[in-house]
Order: sequence, then structure tokens, then C-alpha cells
Amino acid sequence: MANALVNVPARARRGEIIEIKTLIQHEMETGYRVGTNGNMIPRDIITDFVCKYNGEEIFRADLFPAIAANPFFTFYTVATESGSISFEWIGDNGFTAAETATITVE
Amino acid sequence: MDRETSRRAFLMGAAAGLGLGAVITVVPVHATPKEMEDAVRKVVGSARVTKGRVTLELPPLSENGNTVPLTVSIESPMTPADHVRAIHVFTELNPQPDVVSFRFGPRAGHARVSTRIRLANTQTVTAGGELSDGSCWAASAAVVVTLAACLEDA
Repeated sequence: MANALVNVPARARRGEIIEIKTLIQHEMETGYRVGTNGNMIPRDIITDFVCKYNGEEIFRADLFPAIAANPFFTFYTVATESGSISFEWIGDNGFTAAETATITVE
Repeated sequence: MDRETSRRAFLMGAAAGLGLGAVITVVPVHATPKEMEDAVRKVVGSARVTKGRVTLELPPLSENGNTVPLTVSIESPMTPADHVRAIHVFTELNPQPDVVSFRFGPRAGHARVSTRIRLANTQTVTAGGELSDGSCWAASAAVVVTLAACLEDA
């Protein structure tokens, strides 16, 4: 299981725009590097990232090898209601990781 | 004599074999601006791309191409009627022109996103935005990279 960190404010006012930060541990092997045996190291990256707010998709990213190791994203959303914000990463070789944060909107 | 000839034949054959083995397979290492143009077209289709509205924040000089901070934003009210649908980032000289695509909805609040990217060379990075009215906007920034990504061996 991969190490993932998400940063979501615990409380927010209704209608406030909140900042969300996510970081996940992953090599993001590009597939363009040559290993010590002279062969190309096969690509192994995260290809998709999805963020859902109470089940509704609010942000999505399609990743390519040009994303640095340990992909980091900062993005925004409107705090509409209390509930959970879920994060999912999907990658090559069956990689998946998920994280959830709760938010209280008043 | 017969023995000598066969030895010579063997040596020549061996040399020819070596020569063939030494043929280097040519792999295209860089995406040319033409390839970047194709990648942009693949994403935006036939829509006209206009310069402006997109703000692309990148350091003008980056010491390490393996991790270059990037922030893209577009001024938009982000209402259901008028919002940014997507932001795409492309490079000219990386092995692959695509860097990342972000998709938003009106619930995003701000069309602003930050991440860290790899740059294989000193080059120009282009970010494009697709708005809900179907218009496409783009901005470019030049980055000088001292240590290139992708070149180091594992």
C-alpha cells in the first residue's frame, strides 16, 4: 500500500473555496531510462487521479511520465456540505491507492 | 590451405556478424514542436486556440529538471454557465509532449492547480485551457534547465 497524504481543512464555511493538497509516494518510472543492464526500464507510473466530494467527481487528472516522482497536486473546491472527500490513484501494473478525508461545513 | 581459407571465412563471417550486431536501434528521444502541435490537436480537436487568459507559473531557471514546480490558473467565475472544463500542459522537447491534463467542473471554485513536473531540456512549456463555452486559450513559458530529467541512469 502506498503512502498517501491528503490535506483538507477540517472545517469550512458553506460556500467557501477550500484548498486541497495531495501527495503520494510513487517512483513514476518514465520508461525512458536505461538500467544498469543496458535495457530500458519499463514504464511504471500513476495514470489517473480522481477526487470525489460525497461521491460526486470534482477534480480529475490524467498523468503522463512527465509528472515528477511522488505526484503532488494542489487544487480547489467549494465547500458545499459536510461529508467525505475521497481520493483515488490508479496506475500501471495494477497500482491503486485511496484516501478519504472528512470535512464539516457550517 | 583449405584450413586457412575456412579460418578466414570464419573470421569474415564473425566480423559481419559483429557489424550487424552493432547497428543501433534509433529511438526518437524528443518530441518535436510538430509532435506537440499534434498532441494539442488531439486534445482540443479543431477548436481555435487563442493566446491569453491562462497564467502559467514556472521558475525561469530550474536547477533540477526532475522536479519543476508548475502552477496553472485561469480567471473564471466557475459557475455552471461559465467555467473551465480542462487544463492541459504540454512540452516541446520531452520524450512525450503530454505532461498532464486536469478536468474541472463548476464545483472547483478556482481554476487553479499546482504540481511538479519533469523537464528533459531547456524548453518552452505550454498550458492550454478549455472553457465551457468551447473556447480554448493557451500560454507558454520558457524554462532553463541545468540538470535534465530522464538522462541519468538507474
